[in-house]
Amino acid sequence: MEPDASFAVQMCGIVKEFGAFRALDRVDLAVKRGSIHAVLGENGAGKSTLMNVLYGLYQADEGAIFLNGERVEINSPTDAIAHGIGMVHQHFMLVDNFTVTQNIILGDEACGAAGVLDMRRARESVTRIIDEYGLEVDPDAKIEEISVGQQQRVEILKALYRGADILILDEPTAVLTPQEIERLIKIMRDLAAAGKTIIIITHKLKEIKASSDACTIIRRGAQVGTVSVADVDEGELAERMVGHHVNLVVEKTPAEPGEVVLSIRDLVVRDERGIDAVRGLTLSVRAGEIVGLAGIDGNGQRELVEAITCLTRAASGTVSVKGAEIQNTSVRNVHAHKVATIHEDRQRRGLVLPFSVAENAVLERYREPEFGRRGVLDRDRMRSFADELIRAYDVRPADCADRPASALSGGNQQKVIIAREVSGDPDVLIAVQPTRGLDVGAIEYVHRALVAERDRGTAILLISLELDEVMSVSDTIAVIYNGRITGTFKQGEVDENRLGLLMAGGEA
Amino acid sequence: MSSTTQAGGAGRIQRILHKPITAALIAIALGFAVAAALLAAAGYDPGASFAALFDGVLSKPKYISNTVIKAAPIILTGISVAFAFKTGLFNIGAEGQYIAGTVCAVLVGVKLDLPMPLQIPVVVLAGVAGGAAVGAITGALKARFGIHEVITAIMLNWTMLYVNNFVANSAAYHRPSSTASLPVNPSSFTTILPEWKVSDAGLEALRQVPWLYDFLVKTDVNIAFAVAVLVAAGIWFVLYRSKLGYELRAVGFSRDAAEFAGMPVGRNTLIAMTIAGAVSGLAGALMVTGIEPHSISTLAGFENYGFNGFSVALIAGSSPIGCIFAGLLFGGLLYGGQSVQMAVGAPTDIINIMIGTIVFFVALARVVPLLADRLERRRAQKRGAQHA
Repeated sequence: MEPDASFAVQMCGIVKEFGAFRALDRVDLAVKRGSIHAVLGENGAGKSTLMNVLYGLYQADEGAIFLNGERVEINSPTDAIAHGIGMVHQHFMLVDNFTVTQNIILGDEACGAAGVLDMRRARESVTRIIDEYGLEVDPDAKIEEISVGQQQRVEILKALYRGADILILDEPTAVLTPQEIERLIKIMRDLAAAGKTIIIITHKLKEIKASSDACTIIRRGAQVGTVSVADVDEGELAERMVGHHVNLVVEKTPAEPGEVVLSIRDLVVRDERGIDAVRGLTLSVRAGEIVGLAGIDGNGQRELVEAITCLTRAASGTVSVKGAEIQNTSVRNVHAHKVATIHEDRQRRGLVLPFSVAENAVLERYREPEFGRRGVLDRDRMRSFADELIRAYDVRPADCADRPASALSGGNQQKVIIAREVSGDPDVLIAVQPTRGLDVGAIEYVHRALVAERDRGTAILLISLELDEVMSVSDTIAVIYNGRITGTFKQGEVDENRLGLLMAGGEA
Repeated sequence: MSSTTQAGGAGRIQRILHKPITAALIAIALGFAVAAALLAAAGYDPGASFAALFDGVLSKPKYISNTVIKAAPIILTGISVAFAFKTGLFNIGAEGQYIAGTVCAVLVGVKLDLPMPLQIPVVVLAGVAGGAAVGAITGALKARFGIHEVITAIMLNWTMLYVNNFVANSAAYHRPSSTASLPVNPSSFTTILPEWKVSDAGLEALRQVPWLYDFLVKTDVNIAFAVAVLVAAGIWFVLYRSKLGYELRAVGFSRDAAEFAGMPVGRNTLIAMTIAGAVSGLAGALMVTGIEPHSISTLAGFENYGFNGFSVALIAGSSPIGCIFAGLLFGGLLYGGQSVQMAVGAPTDIINIMIGTIVFFVALARVVPLLADRLERRRAQKRGAQHA
């Protein structure tokens, strides 16, 4: 690749090794000035590593970086900022009880004479940038008072305030609602129109189609190619990302629902502050049916799950499984009624990360005599049980039974959890955000596993913030808003607009 | 081909550097290095000092015996801290639990005089129960009210210190014209062959075997070390082979996941602190029954058996088996350190600095695997440069 001034960024032959592991193998990336360029790859493919090299968090072992045709050395984020590169991380780095302005100027404070902080001048320049790019944030609001979408805008403002011409956004939509995603894409377009160059790291194909001009695909540390987004469809992108054909549509036969297995009646659950989060919710799930709960985060989903699983007390109402009330009993009683749960936070709730895969495989079943008598663990049985699950669910690497769960990729961690939860032949399966943070291949796998479990006759409650997921996987779609079910539809009876309206509290 | 073997060799070095024991050994070496520098700076010959240290530990059966005797209680308090740590708790209360063990052993051992095979278990178990009770208070407060175990444990340490002084000075237990309590009845002694070895026949027989004479007669050699090794093995088994240990470790690593899996998190906290307290209490009971003067004294400050256990657990990387070796090292430094003072006149403070340095470097030992990575990277870069 020749240095060319029409490219804002050119990374040539980047090699990055961690010990014996080659995370990046001669990767090239060329980003046209004023364009939105996506870097696409599965989890662990090396896309974040590549961006961390550009931002100076890692130093490349080989290769060169050119900005606007000039060779540069970027050895630290300070160098990167000096070269006009800004990065917005997936996890925000903001001080919660500081104002927007204070956060933006933090580390680059405008000082008057004698080093006195000139807040008035700082606020002026922040306001100017907000207006210039239409970012719509109150410069005087505290971070803890504003929405996640607005917090992300503050991160973008931080980069712009430091004079960034090149903005790297790391998985920017992971934390946003559908409406906020749309908003972000518009902001990205406005910034590009104003001459900024934007690099977005993502594995969400739909958003690439909606936002980006070009897309560089990375698979297992190697560059697969760069495409013009207009020329390809989502299926082609997915195929190039994972290296084989991927089915983006969930294949399933029509549901053959049986009797009601899980029945929730007039459930009221209070959150930690004592405010009603679930307010008289009624919902039932039948055997062999997937009920998808669509809703924006914070409308009572978390409290609903915690009440079903008995982590929280229900203030009133009932949760019954096959006619037996289980609310306000114990987690173990819920297990005893054959209710399995795939928790949304697999690393915090689903797995004990330092435990081996074998130890995690029996996390809810170690007390059964099968896994040892008289209080002593039967480690051989645990291992063989884990190996059965690993084989059945194609967890990789295949010899991971004795490795810590933390060493597995997110997708494989999720496979371990699903295998474990399904291994007890549950009557009810609660799947909360089961594909959060997973790549396309793993998402397809999880969806197929859910459908297979449904076909076995399990009643499945799917709770997801991804509307697409709810719409494609569920047989019945229920909308949760403000702790109540505000609408129930058969799959195919309702479109995205109507659901979106209900999710936002409108009348359908 | 040659590059693969090279990589294999480098890989081996890296694996070794990633082993936790490597970090401990490097820390120990650095501790000695810092002590050597200090000794040299203070005008003492480091070589002669270390020679005195090793002589003071290894040159006579009596010394070895004393080292082991010194090591036993801190191995046990070390195991207590290590066990609690594996279950996600900081047992800074080992000191108070140890004192509770000594006090309860004295309370029972002074008043009760059963035949030896009954008396020893009763007295020792009294100490175990005392330590367990103190641990249980901390555990229960944490489980029930969420009060941090460090806060309650620190306060209980002082509480137990004053309970100790109260008992030592109470009318029923005070030994007249001393600052100590009455000794426990001889039937409680866990010293090895306590009566026979000082009897005429015993002394006669032992004189035939000088090293054994040294070992038995000149020191309070007792069962504590053997018990500590058994406890280490037992605690290891509980942690890694039992269902209880599986639960306790799960709670220790991730309360949230354990709770979600249906484990009784609060009960486990209580159990873990009770067991940890029992082990520290055992250390106290064995001190009273195994070592002269078989009594408790009025304390002005802590004797540090529990706090030294913290250092032992740290050096051992919280491995119960590792605590045996770390405790022996610690016991050796404490006991052998006295010889340094006698031999070269260097203050024993040097030994304390050395112990502190070792603990400090163990705490820093997370750096070692990182250094290993950097080493590997540099090697890889060099290789890359050669190829290019």
